[in-house]
Amino acid sequence: MSLAQEILAMAKGAEMTAIVAIGSTLIGAVLAFAFGIARVEGGRLLSWLALIYIEFMRGTPLLVKLFWLYYALPLVGVSLDPFTTGIVGLSLNIGAYGAEVVRGGLQSVATAQREAARALNFPRRHTLLHILLPQAVVEMMPAFGNLAIQNLKDTALVSLISIADLTFRAQQIRNLTLAGARVYSMTLVGYFVMSLLVAALMRFLEIRARRGAAFAHSAHG
Amino acid sequence: MIYGYAWDTSSPLAYAVSILPILAIGLVVTLKAAVSGFVVALVLGLIWYLLRRTRIRAVAWSTALLVEFIRDTPLLVQLFFLYYVLPDYGVVLPALVTGVLALGLQYSAYTAEVYRGGFGAVPRGQWEAAIALNLSRYRIYRDIVIPQAVPRIMPAMGNYAVSMLKETPVLSVVTVLDMLNLANMIGDRTFEYLIPLSLVGVIFPIMTTLCSVGIHLLERILPRDGIALR
Repeated sequence: MSLAQEILAMAKGAEMTAIVAIGSTLIGAVLAFAFGIARVEGGRLLSWLALIYIEFMRGTPLLVKLFWLYYALPLVGVSLDPFTTGIVGLSLNIGAYGAEVVRGGLQSVATAQREAARALNFPRRHTLLHILLPQAVVEMMPAFGNLAIQNLKDTALVSLISIADLTFRAQQIRNLTLAGARVYSMTLVGYFVMSLLVAALMRFLEIRARRGAAFAHSAHG
Repeated sequence: MIYGYAWDTSSPLAYAVSILPILAIGLVVTLKAAVSGFVVALVLGLIWYLLRRTRIRAVAWSTALLVEFIRDTPLLVQLFFLYYVLPDYGVVLPALVTGVLALGLQYSAYTAEVYRGGFGAVPRGQWEAAIALNLSRYRIYRDIVIPQAVPRIMPAMGNYAVSMLKETPVLSVVTVLDMLNLANMIGDRTFEYLIPLSLVGVIFPIMTTLCSVGIHLLERILPRDGIALR
């Protein structure tokens, strides 16, 4: 196997890593908002269900969850392919961490804002969408940035349920060539570059969110 | 049969009860890995923090880059790196030791940041006063800075200790016989993964909750203003 072939194979793996990371981060973000909002704004039942989800997901190791979905779930009759298993496991995991960020962000909005909205007789949905979230999202962005990188790093675990991501390819090439130092150094650099890209993207989004919030603020006077 | 314990698959409950002793042996390995990994992280992180503060620019910068690199790459790949590459250079370590090193290395990037935050949060005036009083560097650290920094460092360190505990199952990939590995082995032999893996999935939240409670208690005992080192 020539070096060019190695790099090509690893590039394919990196592509899979990127797909898994982007997919699970997006689904995770949806879960984060759903459960985070349920935690703060939901009734007692919803809030409790969200709490159980969040605490359980944050209390169990990701690898145990992935193995459970991969090996144990089929025994109860639900068989998912490895790719879906990986995305589901990662999303459920990062969604719980994100939900805590959303909860913290929503709770950090000054009480006066809620009171003012209430005094103006805004409906609850309106208050949440137009008053609380635009302000809270700005506070959430730095933490979301960290979670996105965390999730990217976590995608390496899907190689253990036979998804051909960067780590999986690295293992294959290492087993063929026995050149562990070279292969794993390239892999580490690959993840590092991807992390830097994610960090840059999240910083860009943070600036956008900050500007958006300022704009909304001035528009509403 | 593993470790002399046979399982009883006659009913789900009997099965669960019969494999608990095996998982308990794995749990001990998990805890050992987490505790020693955290000690490595505490020491390495302190070294990174000190190297980053040196006056020699090249050292400070390269340490900062290294720490960023460690933080931004997956534990699993770092583990593979240590596990497969070290023996090529004549360093042959038991799998558990390699795993502990990988865990410690990954988390040292986080603890370095905690040290920076904790020591940085000690008010400037405290340093200035200590220097004005002509205290030696050793005494400044021992009597002024460290006692005030420790209560600020504790909560973040506690959180990282808990998350490190949750990352130990990754070590099973390099043949460490932790709880997850044993659960998988039981599954391989009985063709019944649901109960062993679910048990592991229940034991972890129990452990992390216990750890969190313990850390909260510890934080309560530590006075907020600082601790005396004498």
